[in-house]
Amino acid sequence: MTVITESVLQAAPVTKTRGYWGTVGRRILRDKVSLICACVLIAIFLSALFAPWLGLADPYQGSMIRRLRPIGTPNYPLGSDELGRDMLARLIYGGRLSLIIGILPVVFAFMIGTVLGIVAGYVGGKLNTAIMRTVDVFFAFPSVLLAIAISGALGAGIVNSIVSLTIVFVPQITRVAESVTTGVRNMDFVDAARASGAGALTIMRVHILGNVLGPIFVYSTGLISVSMILAAGLSFLGLGTKPPEPEWGLMLNTLRTAIYVNPWVAALPGVMIFAVSICFNLLSDGLRSAMDIRE
Amino acid sequence: MLAYVARRFVYAVPIVLSVALVCFLLVHITPGDPLVAVLPADASQELAAQLRTAYGFDRPLPVQFGLWLWKAVHGDLGNSIATGRPVLSEVIRAVANTVTLAVVAAVIGFTLGLFFGIVAGYFRNTWIDKVATSVAIAGVSLPHYWLGMVLVIIFSVQLNWLPAVGAGPGGSGEWKWDWAHLSYLVLPAITTSVIPMGIVTRTVRALTGDILSQDFVEALRAKGLSETHVFRHVIKNAAPTALAVMGLQLGYMLGGSILIETVFSWPGSGLLLNSAIFQRDLPLLQGTILVLALFFVFLNLMVDIAQASIDPRIKRG
Repeated sequence: MTVITESVLQAAPVTKTRGYWGTVGRRILRDKVSLICACVLIAIFLSALFAPWLGLADPYQGSMIRRLRPIGTPNYPLGSDELGRDMLARLIYGGRLSLIIGILPVVFAFMIGTVLGIVAGYVGGKLNTAIMRTVDVFFAFPSVLLAIAISGALGAGIVNSIVSLTIVFVPQITRVAESVTTGVRNMDFVDAARASGAGALTIMRVHILGNVLGPIFVYSTGLISVSMILAAGLSFLGLGTKPPEPEWGLMLNTLRTAIYVNPWVAALPGVMIFAVSICFNLLSDGLRSAMDIRE
Repeated sequence: MLAYVARRFVYAVPIVLSVALVCFLLVHITPGDPLVAVLPADASQELAAQLRTAYGFDRPLPVQFGLWLWKAVHGDLGNSIATGRPVLSEVIRAVANTVTLAVVAAVIGFTLGLFFGIVAGYFRNTWIDKVATSVAIAGVSLPHYWLGMVLVIIFSVQLNWLPAVGAGPGGSGEWKWDWAHLSYLVLPAITTSVIPMGIVTRTVRALTGDILSQDFVEALRAKGLSETHVFRHVIKNAAPTALAVMGLQLGYMLGGSILIETVFSWPGSGLLLNSAIFQRDLPLLQGTILVLALFFVFLNLMVDIAQASIDPRIKRG
């Protein structure tokens, strides 16, 4: 026995194999588009996080005599808004709320949807029918309509907007999680685990989760782009953030009346939403090809 | 085929019922008394109780749902609190405007999407593909309400070519297919078409690429078929999926029009929904969402049937 083991060890190649995540990371770093998107996102994140230390003007302090200054005015590099507040400061501070209300729904939905989908896919039977038919009901609504219906009924507010978007994304992630789980549950290694006495919970946590998390994660990162647009959209309609908080969707709303006075300043918050949204989209695409996931 | 159609319709019944249930419950997840919007601030307890009975809010929830559903099936969605007019007629008038907008946007978006998608799929990994893919990804990442604002800035404020808001001169409300009215439709339709354009491009590009790499295409070419004939086979194979995606997108345009209609003050179902939300007009909110969701379910059903009629494999599945 020992002899065999030793000979096998000696025969084994000495080259170090890279792990799965190592390969994925290297592929992402080689992909120029993904790398640029990641850098842009990190820059927006960090500037939002460290906004108070960047030496910016007060994003709440307005000035009645300096309203709607054009881009490039001294002291107002990106102009000022309808209440004379510095646009640059408001755009950077605005990242805080905008990113939170855009990303949190996907994070919550990712957690809830993954659990629901894995349970439905692994347990199967009546539980699967119950979960998946409930999910189908939510697919009977266009997602924008569902988000607006729920937050319209709940009333305006940041928490309500996060709740409504989470409800919109949970069914979508559950469906993906369920379909990848059903693909994995009949594989040999799951049977082997069951044969060696592992319980359902252990199998789901140890054997299934690791194999389905990749596709679910990639799908969810793609949703962040939609979520950013919808969350800002809810604020734009007046269903999310309330004034005077700086938030990109709300800023677009309050600046709408200014398009006849100072059009390009009014359009600026949308550039931020677009930038974050397209970066997440491209990053998600890059991640998908790096992880070699086919839809 | 008839059996398949019948089966699809039967499957749709529980979905329609659950959709109705969700719409019904929407009003009851609302914080506070559903009467808040109708009651004057200094209303007496007596008046409140009277109204509660009149609206049926004093009954148990399942009974309320049953009554509401019974009335809804007979075309009675209640009266709008703000205007006092029947909800159904308000919704139908608004939906007509939304359909006009969505259909024109669909023609623009689907034509461009199909064109970009097929070209990109055929010339994979060339510069044409790169341009088409970039346009597509920009289309799906654009906050469309912002694009609407930017288009207004360029074409209404700066160039003064097209009207910025409304659906016709003088706000008459009657839609006509002449240039005076169409000029109001141009910007909202372009704005609405951007997302479907992006999604159709991405789908069709992937489909065309996949089909072209299959063995049967090789066989067709080996047989000596011209590229036009090969192309016809590609189209036939891509059609079912492309059709499904386009049907879904049309549904999204109809149901998700609130943001664009708000930007352009387009008097459709989205704008109606917007005013229902902010006037806390709950019957109107409920009715509009129900009608839009049923529209969506019906559209999905039609897509399923159309898909099965061009791809016999689906019927068996």
